[in-house]
Amino acid sequence: MQFHAVIDIQLHAGIADPQGSTIERALPTLGFDGISNVRSGKSIHLDIEAVDAAAAEAQLAEVCEKFLTNPVIEGAEISVLETAGA
Amino acid sequence: MAPKVGVVRFPGTNCEFDTVEAINALGGEGEILWHGDDSIGHSDAVIIAGGFAHGDYLRPGAIARFSPIMAAITAAANDGMPVIGICNGFQVLTEAGLLPGALQKNAGLKFINDWQMLEVQTTNSALTNAATVGQQLNIPINHFEGNYTCSPETLAQLQANDQIVLTYTPNPNGSVGDIAGVCNEARNVVGLMPHPERASHELLGSTDGNVLLQSVLDSVGVSA
Repeated sequence: MQFHAVIDIQLHAGIADPQGSTIERALPTLGFDGISNVRSGKSIHLDIEAVDAAAAEAQLAEVCEKFLTNPVIEGAEISVLETAGA
Repeated sequence: MAPKVGVVRFPGTNCEFDTVEAINALGGEGEILWHGDDSIGHSDAVIIAGGFAHGDYLRPGAIARFSPIMAAITAAANDGMPVIGICNGFQVLTEAGLLPGALQKNAGLKFINDWQMLEVQTTNSALTNAATVGQQLNIPINHFEGNYTCSPETLAQLQANDQIVLTYTPNPNGSVGDIAGVCNEARNVVGLMPHPERASHELLGSTDGNVLLQSVLDSVGVSA
């Protein structure tokens, strides 16, 4: 079966996030107040063949561990969303 | 025989010729190694030069570690050959698991291109055996992701094993423990963010990088 997955990669808490900090500092100058803890990460979308959703997630967890993230500074949240086609 | 130093070129590497030039000026024999080859030829030592290997896509070093030449470099490193990563090369070595820790974005949110004072912390490494402990070196840095980080356990191990090779004085980028360079436990693999090849001639403003590059040449043939 083919699944669609979205992988949300975020820096661990405490790891410098210049992009998030810069966005946060820009917001008040545009008149948007009350927004804090801005963190910027990346999102990777893909299709994957697997026997079931659990197998797809397990394989993607390995992909994240070995390639898509650097576990020293980043973590990933994997969402196997839907079948992309039968 | 002049020690042969292979200098790795990935797509996006931009310090390889400066590095070869600096090695040659010290009496070594620098030669460019292409990342797509699966051999390091007759190299006696390997330097992974600075730049933006594979455009730094995903993360600095993340794609480079899968280049064919990395398997040969890893095997040579495990056999005790001196393997040095400068700047982007340091990032490649951490991504490849040849060195502990990781390089995160600079504290202060800025790309830094400046002269930087360093202090030699140990002479027991392929990069510092010709230096002296406490020696101050003026060598440029040029990076955005140069803020060294690792778990507290790893940091304690680095300190206990004398694996912190160079520190910043003062710290420009937020690196834990002021770390500018570290080595592996066998001491033959060393990574550093500063660029010794850019401090290799009086016309460049400093010759302080030469003692580090000379150390690499002196390490050749000395099994770690």
